[in-house]
Amino acid sequence: MRLVILEDYDQASEWAAKYICNRIIQFKPNQGRYFTLGLPTGSTPLGCYKKLIEYHKNGDLSFKYVKTFNMDEYVGLPRNHPESYHSYMWNNFFKHIDIDPNNAHILDGNAPDLQAECDAFEKKIEEAGGIDLFVGGIGPDGHIAFNEPGSSLSSRTRLKTLAMDTILANAKYFDGDLSKVPTMALTVGVGTVMDAREVMILITGAHKAFALYKAIEEGVNHMWTVSAFQQHPRTIFVCDEDATLELRVKTVKYFKDISP
Amino acid sequence: MPSNKSVSDAPIVQFTNCRILRGHRLQREDLWVREGKILNPEKLFFDEKGSADIQLDCKDSIIAPGFIDVQINGGFGVDFSLATDDFKSGIDLVSQKILSHGVTSFCPTLVTSPPSVYHQVRDFLPSHPQGDKGLRLVPRGERAKAGHVETGIVLPQISIRNGGSHGAGILGAHLEGPFISKEKKGAHPEHCLRTFEAGAFQDLLTTYGSLDCVRIVTLAPEMKRSSEVIQELTKRGICVSLGHSVANLSQAEEAVQHGATFITHLFNAMLPFHHRDPGIVGLLTSDKIPAGRRVFYGMISDGIHTNPAALRIAHRAHPKGLVLVTDAIAGMGLAPGRHTLGQQVVEIDGLNTYIAGTKTLSGSVATMDICVRHFQEATGCSVETALEAASLHPAQLLGIEHRKGTLNYDSDADFLMLNDGLYVQATYIAGKEVWRQDALGM
Repeated sequence: MRLVILEDYDQASEWAAKYICNRIIQFKPNQGRYFTLGLPTGSTPLGCYKKLIEYHKNGDLSFKYVKTFNMDEYVGLPRNHPESYHSYMWNNFFKHIDIDPNNAHILDGNAPDLQAECDAFEKKIEEAGGIDLFVGGIGPDGHIAFNEPGSSLSSRTRLKTLAMDTILANAKYFDGDLSKVPTMALTVGVGTVMDAREVMILITGAHKAFALYKAIEEGVNHMWTVSAFQQHPRTIFVCDEDATLELRVKTVKYFKDISP
Repeated sequence: MPSNKSVSDAPIVQFTNCRILRGHRLQREDLWVREGKILNPEKLFFDEKGSADIQLDCKDSIIAPGFIDVQINGGFGVDFSLATDDFKSGIDLVSQKILSHGVTSFCPTLVTSPPSVYHQVRDFLPSHPQGDKGLRLVPRGERAKAGHVETGIVLPQISIRNGGSHGAGILGAHLEGPFISKEKKGAHPEHCLRTFEAGAFQDLLTTYGSLDCVRIVTLAPEMKRSSEVIQELTKRGICVSLGHSVANLSQAEEAVQHGATFITHLFNAMLPFHHRDPGIVGLLTSDKIPAGRRVFYGMISDGIHTNPAALRIAHRAHPKGLVLVTDAIAGMGLAPGRHTLGQQVVEIDGLNTYIAGTKTLSGSVATMDICVRHFQEATGCSVETALEAASLHPAQLLGIEHRKGTLNYDSDADFLMLNDGLYVQATYIAGKEVWRQDALGM
């Protein structure tokens, strides 16, 4: 694993965006060879998306030959609801860049057959040649995507009921009204993300510090599903100083020292 | 980029690098247009997997809904209340010229006139819904008399039609009078004033002939049987406005309860506000307005018809009801001097217009964009508020805000590009550019 520690949220966002940008440019995607990117939602990646948009507007980065696969989407929320992940991706990313709408894949939480929708999503990833770089976040309970504590570490895209921790964390987006927060979601599995050739996890803020500690300093455990990535050959954790607050000084020093 | 839009093949235009007025504020968003309507780009992206065919850089302009003028008596030498042989081309001229003022829809206004100006002669063909092609023919008998001020037919020559490169759209006529108060006639000719106390609505119908293309009627509510008339007009979807009246507040409130929703040029041609009887002005803060209804009021904000302090009082008392109108007369757009307004002669001096030889104000020569700028300066209100007073509010008054007066998805794409000083740079109707400021290229 690589652990990249930046001073604050803005610097972490910029580092992550630059990394993604460079990966795409180095890949030299074209008509016959698309770069596939897995994408997260939530407050953590907002800064990263802003930077990517900036690079695009400067003419440095095009998404013309990029295919994207989002991690998750709420079940039962209308697609145009301001809190749906479709709305999030449109407003925070897609509407500012030049991605072909046919290449932007997000799970449909209103599909008539939810499991079929999940299976079709897995198939689309396979047909795209797998994911080159999956960008993700971490929940305060250590989950990746909506793989709540107790999710199988070899899980695939499926329907999940959300844990209370997650519902509480999401309430702020629904006027603080718990009854308005969706209770189910479609999500890629831990196994789905593990299949990606490279994984980058963004973790910022003191409220995520304990989850980061559990994810990288304790064992691989299905109660902290991000810990699965200890077994992935190519994972980078990008975080700010606050997110390292629960780590051992030794761990932090080691990774800071080896960082260029 | 390949676009396989499933709903329509019509080209999609994306206006970028602009600030659009939506949700009552200026937002940094792109404006998407297809087939003459504002398009929802998120729906386009996810449902149709579509994208823009043309992208236009608006160089940081403000994009606002097109202005709607519900009280305009003429302009550029054309007087809507005067019957002439080429009335049709007169209305076409005005509708074309006001595009440069940012007006994309209007209600040609007829001041108090003799019945012959209103009447529909029986031989007439009905109005063609597409307007332009449905030229109303003047029957031979009347044609012979054309040129005389008292005869000829005007009202039936006004037809509702969409705007376009030919000019701003016509929403219907605004009939200001003749059922108004003698004491508050302003510049209206006294010999043409009428009452409807004998036959109420029937009298009105007899005077006007047909109400087919009538959108607004201004009347004085203190007149006997006005309640019946107001009810009948409201039933027919015609907006009733109170004006040129000496009504007290109770009479005005009763009129509102019977359906009146507008006040014609607030403060002008009505009793002044009095603290024990606020008169029509009191409607702005009346507690007798039926639930769910709003009273709108027209304001001529040319700096002359209303003192800026009075404008501010009205705006602060009832900001959501303020509708900017020009009340422009034939002299608007012309050089200073003498011009006709209905049956009268007026004198123009700068932005001031008086009945010739008197100090009675008679309409204005300010253009709509001048009114918007003056309103913004005088009240210190936000740009959004100033723009909405000329677009959203008149649309709400006429009950057409689902398709005009906003930049909401699926609305008609009638909009303006303005600079920060609120000067109109370009005018669009149904998504097509119909006027552009020459000095600045894009």
